Amino acid sequence: MTMTTKPDTPAAVTTPIQNSLTAGRLPTPAPWIILGAAIAVSAAIFGVMAVAGGSGYNWGGALLVGALLYIPSVWLFSVLVEGRRRAMDRLVTALVTGAFVLAMIPLVSLTITVVTFGLARFDAEFFTNSMRNVTGEGGGIVHAIVGTLLMTGTAALISIPIGLMTSVYLVEYGHGRLARGITFLVDVMTGIPSIVAGLFAYAVFSIFLGPGTRTGIAGAVSLAVLMIPVVVRSSEEMLRLVPNELREAAYALGVPKWLTIVKVVLPTSMAGITTGIMLSIARVIGETAPLLIAAGFTASVNYNMFDGRMQSLPVFVYTQYANQGNPPQAYLDRAWAAALTLILIVMALNLIARLVARFFAPKFGR
Amino acid sequence: MSKRIEVRDLNVYYGKFLAVEGVNMEIEPRSVTAFIGPSGCGKTTFLRTLNRMHEVVPGARVEGEVLIDGNNLYDPDVDPVLVRRQVGMVFQRPNPFPTMSVKDNVLAGVKLNNRRISKSDADELMERSLRSANLWNEVKDRLDRPGSGLSGGQQQRLCIARAIAVSPEVILMDEPCSALDPISTLAIEDLIEELKQDYTIVIVTHNMQQASRVSDRTAFFNIAGTGKPGKLIEYDDTTTIFSNPSVKATEDYVSGRFG
Repeated sequence: MTMTTKPDTPAAVTTPIQNSLTAGRLPTPAPWIILGAAIAVSAAIFGVMAVAGGSGYNWGGALLVGALLYIPSVWLFSVLVEGRRRAMDRLVTALVTGAFVLAMIPLVSLTITVVTFGLARFDAEFFTNSMRNVTGEGGGIVHAIVGTLLMTGTAALISIPIGLMTSVYLVEYGHGRLARGITFLVDVMTGIPSIVAGLFAYAVFSIFLGPGTRTGIAGAVSLAVLMIPVVVRSSEEMLRLVPNELREAAYALGVPKWLTIVKVVLPTSMAGITTGIMLSIARVIGETAPLLIAAGFTASVNYNMFDGRMQSLPVFVYTQYANQGNPPQAYLDRAWAAALTLILIVMALNLIARLVARFFAPKFGR
Repeated sequence: MSKRIEVRDLNVYYGKFLAVEGVNMEIEPRSVTAFIGPSGCGKTTFLRTLNRMHEVVPGARVEGEVLIDGNNLYDPDVDPVLVRRQVGMVFQRPNPFPTMSVKDNVLAGVKLNNRRISKSDADELMERSLRSANLWNEVKDRLDRPGSGLSGGQQQRLCIARAIAVSPEVILMDEPCSALDPISTLAIEDLIEELKQDYTIVIVTHNMQQASRVSDRTAFFNIAGTGKPGKLIEYDDTTTIFSNPSVKATEDYVSGRFG
């Protein structure tokens, strides 16, 4: 009698049972199909509207409404097939991706615009001539490139040592009221409008050299005022990231504090500091207002920081656009080409910063 | 090479907080002394007062005397940098300098101090330090690779080699094996046994077997409660502490009845 129950047991084991860990899953291409369908529906609606209204077809609107339609529909499909948790995941993914695309639109649009308009005058003459004695067509931006590089370079020479040493003070030495005061003032400095920095530099140099003086060094000082707080803040963050253990390791070897900072702390954070400095340069190289006030504008090449006005790329773009001559198209083309040059310079600086950061970064290879 | 340490009535403060109270201790040269006790009882804090690393923490200060061969470390004229050149330290977590190669890590004490050293001297010092840290055979083919690429146990021995390379008189070790596997731990314990020939070694450990294995003398620290200062309860030969301690709390701790 005990044998009768036996045959059931193997049967129960061999029957395929439902794996309790599986759940419904949308096939991989499903989101793309839903997106295509959403855009198709929206395109159809806009088509009907275009026919009914008799106006042109609104492509931008069709894409935007299609994308907006995609967000609830992917959530709906996901809820039906995959359940609430995955649906929420899909919804947030769609929102985040949407935000990213939205943020990219102005950037891509700006790059395309500048490149298409800027290429018209992006030629050899443009990079070998200044605007001296040029009216109408022709001319170039040598004087503006020289001015921008000289003034930004001088601003960097002023603000990198000051900014770096300030951040070293704040991280390694500063405790109490003085350090808090400096941090607060640096934060305030980050927020001052750039034209105020220009006015400051103009006013300072007016005191010593008489009113109305506009020189390259004044422009550099105004840029340095804008640059210092950025350098201080970014380097401060990087220095704080250096683990205390490394400082203690150096102290325990009998290394004095200043050598520990110079030889352990700074090298360890060099990659981040370089990136911060390059970003601060990129921040000030496009400044127009302070240079317009402090350095003025000119049509000639000027290598002397301490005498005479100095042109710079952003101011060149501004003056070409604001004071169009005859034919106006020549002035507009020069403005666009100069803007393109400025973007390329900033891009080159960022690439250099990346290479430098990679070169200096602590190595963790086995 | 090694020196005798004497501690007299030492109180250690963090700001207003009294962390360790009234320590009196004598540490003989060429011996291994282990500090044991529950977490937070001030072992590490006390250890760090022995080479003035304690004052690196803002607000930290010390009352009392620490004498190394009769010289008071806390004399107002003493330069903490010179103290630390005589009293080396190995930390709980291996901390090789990430920007430096294995070789530069060993020579860090020389190079960071801007001291000139000929290439042959440097190579000789490096090999000697790495050999005494039992690491030479493992890293001799990758001396120019980053020090942070070694395994945890190798990194810790690299840190010991780095500490030895400045030829200190005393080596302080703050739980040097707590982040290591048993094999690396064994390697470092063997190393401590060898280093004892030349250096005075003080080691903080949570591992009582380790204390009984490596040390000649053991100090038991305890704390009455949270917020109370840590105290030195008993300091004696390791065998006495582990077999026949004179204080009840020590016996309870080493036999695992509390802590």
